[in-house]
Formats: sequence, structure tokens, C-alpha cells
Amino acid sequence: MERLSEKAEEILESLWVMTVEGDNVGCLLTSLNVDRNSEELIELIQRSYVEIRGDRVCLRKEGRSEAQMTVRRHRLAERLTMDILGIAGDEGNEQACEFEHLLRQGVDVKLCTLLNHPTTCPHGNPIPPGECCIEARQQGASGIVALTELKSGESGEIAYIAASDDKKMQKLMSMGVLPGSELILVQKFPSYIFKVGHSQFAVDDMLAREIHIRPLV
Amino acid sequence: MSDLHMSSAKVVLVGNPNVGKSVVFNALTGAYTTVSNYPGTSVEVSHGHCNLSDRRYEILDTPGMYSMMPITEEERVARRILLTEDPHAVVHVIDARNIERMLPMTLQLIEAGLPVILVINILDEAERLGMQLDLNLLQENLGIPVIGAVMKRKVGLDELRQAITTYASVPYKPFVYALDLEQDIEKIIQSIHGEYRLSRRAMSLLIMQKDDDIQDLAVEKESESDYRELLETTREISFRRRADLHLQISLERRKVCKQMLDGVVTQTLAEKEPFSEKLSSWMMNPVTGAPILMLVVYFGLYKFVGGFGAGTLVDFLEGKIFENYINPPVVNFFETYLSTEWLFELIAGEYGVWTLGIRYAVALVLPIVGTFFLVFSLLEDTGYFPRLALLVDRLFKRIGLSGRAVIPIVLGFGCDTMATLVTRTLETKRERIIATMLLALAIPCSAQLGVILGLLSSSPDALFVWTVFLIMCFLLIGFLAAKVLPGESPVFYMEIPPLRFPQLRNVLVKTLTRMQSYFVEILPLFLVASVVLWAGKMTGTLQNVIGVFSPIVTAIGLPVEVTTAFVFGFFRRDFGAAGLYDLQSSGVLNVAQLTVAAVTLTLFVPCVAQFLVMLKERGVKVSVIIFVFVTVLAFSSGWFLNKFLLATGFLA
Repeated sequence: MERLSEKAEEILESLWVMTVEGDNVGCLLTSLNVDRNSEELIELIQRSYVEIRGDRVCLRKEGRSEAQMTVRRHRLAERLTMDILGIAGDEGNEQACEFEHLLRQGVDVKLCTLLNHPTTCPHGNPIPPGECCIEARQQGASGIVALTELKSGESGEIAYIAASDDKKMQKLMSMGVLPGSELILVQKFPSYIFKVGHSQFAVDDMLAREIHIRPLV
Repeated sequence: MSDLHMSSAKVVLVGNPNVGKSVVFNALTGAYTTVSNYPGTSVEVSHGHCNLSDRRYEILDTPGMYSMMPITEEERVARRILLTEDPHAVVHVIDARNIERMLPMTLQLIEAGLPVILVINILDEAERLGMQLDLNLLQENLGIPVIGAVMKRKVGLDELRQAITTYASVPYKPFVYALDLEQDIEKIIQSIHGEYRLSRRAMSLLIMQKDDDIQDLAVEKESESDYRELLETTREISFRRRADLHLQISLERRKVCKQMLDGVVTQTLAEKEPFSEKLSSWMMNPVTGAPILMLVVYFGLYKFVGGFGAGTLVDFLEGKIFENYINPPVVNFFETYLSTEWLFELIAGEYGVWTLGIRYAVALVLPIVGTFFLVFSLLEDTGYFPRLALLVDRLFKRIGLSGRAVIPIVLGFGCDTMATLVTRTLETKRERIIATMLLALAIPCSAQLGVILGLLSSSPDALFVWTVFLIMCFLLIGFLAAKVLPGESPVFYMEIPPLRFPQLRNVLVKTLTRMQSYFVEILPLFLVASVVLWAGKMTGTLQNVIGVFSPIVTAIGLPVEVTTAFVFGFFRRDFGAAGLYDLQSSGVLNVAQLTVAAVTLTLFVPCVAQFLVMLKERGVKVSVIIFVFVTVLAFSSGWFLNKFLLATGFLA
């Protein structure tokens, strides 16, 4: 089957957000800002993804999984633009909208794996899990997590430090916080306290988020 | 090495913080210590000397440093010493427990071509943790003298002395890093032509990592064309390695360290958790940490500084010694020999240099500030402050500071002027400005605190209102400042050194050093203040100033007489409070007025010494803004509190 047009994808996305995540029954044509006879809507109706009831568009059972995956791609794209590329605000949203349409044919799986199967978008909305996420969960691969995700008493190996500030990273390294060292998290509140070798360090949550750990199973 | 040097050879002690460097320093130098601020900074460098085999050695104790690439002011000072001095030996002191992470700096020192002696200290604790070290093997691997030590019990001291006297520089064997890194190091070495204290290899690595000070040095030492060439080579390499240069260098060094330590360290099972570890975890847990903080404040500040220092000691010095033995003959002397009235007034009159300057500083301020510094140094030596810092970090973030700022803030309760100097150690300009302002506004110094506590102690309710109001002011203004001032919020990271039993000598040296700088830097300002006050009184200017201020004072519901206390408060924080004391004794003030006056005075502008330090540290613009803001806020808070107390009838 041919790929959906970008505009059709946008419609599916809005429908998912409003009717599945929200509690609307269908969406007004006017709020979707589409014409009854527009190309993209006809495209969706032909695939029986949606139907029109009165002045509302409703998502059909057949369209659910496609809609879910569209939302998933959009939110993964947001994670990419905002977390990795560091583009914030409206600019980030705009870029994410462009990116999402490129995430097909397995690119979304690769991105999702790279991002370590995130469960929420930067705005806090859930990212619907893909097959790769379910598989990863079944294998129990804990992957690399930020120090903030560890529980007190847990330990792991420092995988990498993603410090935004060069000086801070140098400081951490000169104090012996280096990839490959084993780390034990001692306490999480009010500051993160961890042990490397026989030394103890305290960092705030901002820095703790930048220290990435491969937990020991 | 054959000829006898008449001048003393220098021995520089370097190492991480908290490895017992000062203990080594004290063991080597005995009683001859002078602690001085490094030129242009508030960072302390201790100098001392010792005689070994008929030769005189000058010993320098540098501030703690983590690597040859400095990040903080302390590290920069320590490295500058290595860059400029020509040491006979550099003694690198490390903590045996953390040998693996401290050895990379030994490598850097050796690599820099410095005459290094490695002292592996705190061996006893390492053994308790189940570590066994083969130091002979390590010495062989490194090619430099390695000495195992427990310096606080003088174990290893003789060996160190001997190593210093017999030190013979041998060409070091270079450690080899990964091939690609070596090639780049070599490339830069080829473009270095000037003469430097450090080896070219070390220079090359530092230049590659874009060390600012080293680059400045290269500008100075290289010819213009050579420098341009060097810059070009470096630029290409830095760009190619932009992603992970620092990381690669660190990892390479660690790899070399692993080789050096291969077979040196054997780890067996550790003994059970010692008590100090337990105490440490109680201090860091908010549930148990808060009560511990209360205990420290109650016993350390309230009982010891407030009760013993401001009470017992002041009564003894002021009431007994000065009143009975020193004052009468001194005043008598001046009365006999200074017949001119203005001159007598200047020296021994009400605001005279003797009365207000010296007697006040010695009999009133010295015991209070001295006991405070003693408690502060004691806490500092145990390692309590880093634990306090991590405890308050979250709260401090709200007011635009990081946990690190507890040290200047706590010091402010001793002397705000000194604390303002210490704000330098904070990392961002924004933090420094906020800390300076909060010190000027809401942190009463020990002298002022002593008098105000005495003043309000008769009414617990008034004390309660004063405390709550000040804490609220501190938090609210900090919170607003954090909102208003541009800039990123600070990041907090700190090494938490093991708790340890305070070393009496360390504590005493630190206390005395602080008291000394208090006297050297702040006493002269007191004297100036008393001269200004005297001149004001003699010329009538003081009356005019008081005249200007009195409408404001009346507006916040206080009697006119209080104005004098406020004007004096600028010259000396505590003197303002002392003025209130007299007014209260004579019954001019009721409890509510007293509270309003105490709050306003505490918030009101810093003393003249603190203001001068602010000018020096923060510049004219920032200082004047803070000054005006604090003044306006103090009086409007006073006005507000007065209305509030009148409306609610509280304290009536």
C-alpha cells in the first residue's frame, strides 16, 4: 500500500490525541481545519481508517494502530530534536513535525533504540510503545540509564558523561568520575550521593541526569 | 648539586584537598608557620621552613588541586606556583585509599618534568579497608621516590626528610599514550620554541586542551610568528578532537595508572563500617541531618559563641581586665598629657580611637569573633560543611545559590566582611552577587548577633519575631533575586571527604589565621571609622546626618533617639546594636519598638568595612545598587513590621 500523505498523518495524529487520549467523541471538521472533500480525508476514508458522522470525523478500529504509530513517531521526533539536538520551544516543535515524517521503514526503531525506548515525550505525554520497546522489555535489558533512575544502594558502571559544560565534565573526570568506573548510589535526596572507589561525591539532579550508568544486574 | 646553596631550596607540597597535606606541612616545618593570602586572591598559601642536614628548605603548602589543568581559583593558584617557582622537590601527597584516582596527577607532575616525591598518606585507614600496597614495586614502576606514611602519627616522616635531602633529579621515563594521541603531542611539541618551567610534553598537552593561562604564557614566550604557527597546529588538532579530547586523555592516563598499579594493590575484605561512616550518613540524611544541624547551632553558636564568647569572655575582658586594670591608667595617662580637648576626644573620648577602636575591638569583638572562628575551623576540619552543603543545596537553588554557598553564608555569622571576600570561591558572577547581597542584608555578624541576642533575650516573643522575619527576608529576597538576575542557575558538585576527628593544630592554625586577618584587615577600618565619627561630632556633621535620618526613623514608629544608633550602625554593625542597648536600658523603647529597631538595624546597610570590601570585590555599580536597595528595604520592612505589630497587637 502506498504511504499516507503528510497531511493525512497529521489528521490521524490529532484524532488520536483528542479521541483516544482525550475524551472527545470524534473531531469537528472545523477544529481539524479540513474540508469534507479534501484529498487527505478521502485518502483516509478509502482505507477505512476514519469515517464521517455528521460534522465530525471519527477514528475507526481499523485506523487505530496507524494513528498510534503516527503519534509515536511524532513524539520520538520531539525527543530527538529537544533532547539530542537541543532545539527548544516552538522551533523544536516545528522541527519535530518535519522529522516525524522521515521516521519510517525502520528508522523509528533505530531512533527508539538509540533513545533507549523512552516512554514519554518532552511534554510528558506517553509515547506508545513499539515492537522494539516490547521486545527490549521482555529481554529485561536495562540498557544505559541516567544516575537519577537508579535506586539508593544500586550500583553500575559509568557508561558515559554527557555534561553540557566542558569544565564541569573535566572536574568530574579529574575527581575520578570516569567511564568504566564502578559507581554505587548511596542516597538520592536532597542531593545525589554516590561512591566511586573509596570516595564519595555529591551532585545535584541536573548533573546526576548527565551521568549515565550501565546498571549491574 | 655539589655547591652549598646559601639561599634556601624550595619544597612544594601539592595534592587533592583532604589528603593530609597540611599535616605533612606541619610535621616538616614544626612551629614556624606563616599563612598568607596568595597575591591578588583570597586563597591561602602557607610558608614555613625546616633545616635538614645543615641545609635550609622553604616549604610551601599549596591549595588543593585535582589535576594540572586548573578549574577553580584555588587550583589556579596552586598551579601558578608550579609554573613560577623553581622547586628543589615537589612532594605529591595522596590518600592511599584513593590511590587509583589520585595517581593520574602524579603522572602529570612527572610528565611535566618536575622533581616529584610521592607520599602515600593515610596508609592505616587503607589497611583498615583491607588494602595492601606494595610500594617498592610502585617506586620501581614510576621511577620516583615513593614513601608510605601515616603523617598524623609521623610515620614516614624520616623517610620523607631523607628523600628531600638526597633528592637527585633523574630524567623521567615517559609514559606512552595511544599512538594517535602521541602523534598530536609530538606535532605541538615541534611548534613550541620558548623556554618553560614545565616540560614541552606537558605544555603540549595543556595547550591541546586549551588551557587559558598556558596560552597566555605562550603568547609571552613565543615569537609572534612561532605563536601563530603553534595556534594553527593546535586549532587543527583541537577541532579534530573536539568530541572527546579531555576524556581520551583522562582514560589514557588511567590506563597508564592501571599498569603502574598492577600488582601494587591487593584488596581483601574490609572490616565492618566504622562509626564515622554511620555518623556521616546521619549528617547527610535530611531526617537526621536537620536535628544535627540544630545541635551544632545550639551548642556551637548559641552556647559557645553566644554564652561563653559573648558572655563569659566579654565580661571578663571588658568588665574585669579593661575596666579595672587597663582603662583607668590609659585614660589617666591621656588626661595628664593631652591637655587639648579635641586631641583628648580623638584618642580617649566617647568616639576616640582608643575607646571605640582598640578597646572595643579587643575586649568586645575579639572574644566573640575568636570563639566563632574556633567553632568554624573545628567544623571545617571535621568535614561537616560539605555535608551541610549537600543538605541545603535544594533550598539554596531556590534562592539562586548552590550548596557551596553555605560556607560564605555561615562564615557571615562570624564576620560579614570576611564572608564577602570568600564569595570569590563561588563559581558564577550571579551567585557571587546574590551571596554578597544576602550577606549585606540578612546575615548579622557575630558581634551584632551577640548584642541583639542580649537585647531581645528578655522577651522570647520579640526574639521569635526577629528570627522569623529575618529568615523570611533572606529566603524571599533570595528567591526574587534568583528570578530577576539573568544567568543560569548554578550546578552543584562536591567531593565529600571522610569525616575525621579534628586535628588540634590544624584548628588552632586556621583560627589564628582568621583572627589575624580580621585584625590586620578590619581593625584599621574600625580606627578610620572612629576618626570619622570623632570628626563628625566635632564639626557637627554627625548632628546633621542624624537630622536627615530622623524623619524616616520616626516614620517607622521609633523614637528620634534611635537615629544615632542607625547612623553608628553603618560604621560598625554591632555598635548600632549597642546603641539600642543603651536606649532600652534607659527605658526609651518598648518591646515592639525594640523589635522593629532590631530588625531594621539587622537588615540595614553593612558596616563600612564590609561596604569597602564589596566595592573592591563587586565593583562600584553593583555595590551602590546593593547599598541603596538594602537601605530602602530595611526601612520599608521596619515600617511594615511596625504596622503589623500595631495592627495585631502582638508584642504590645
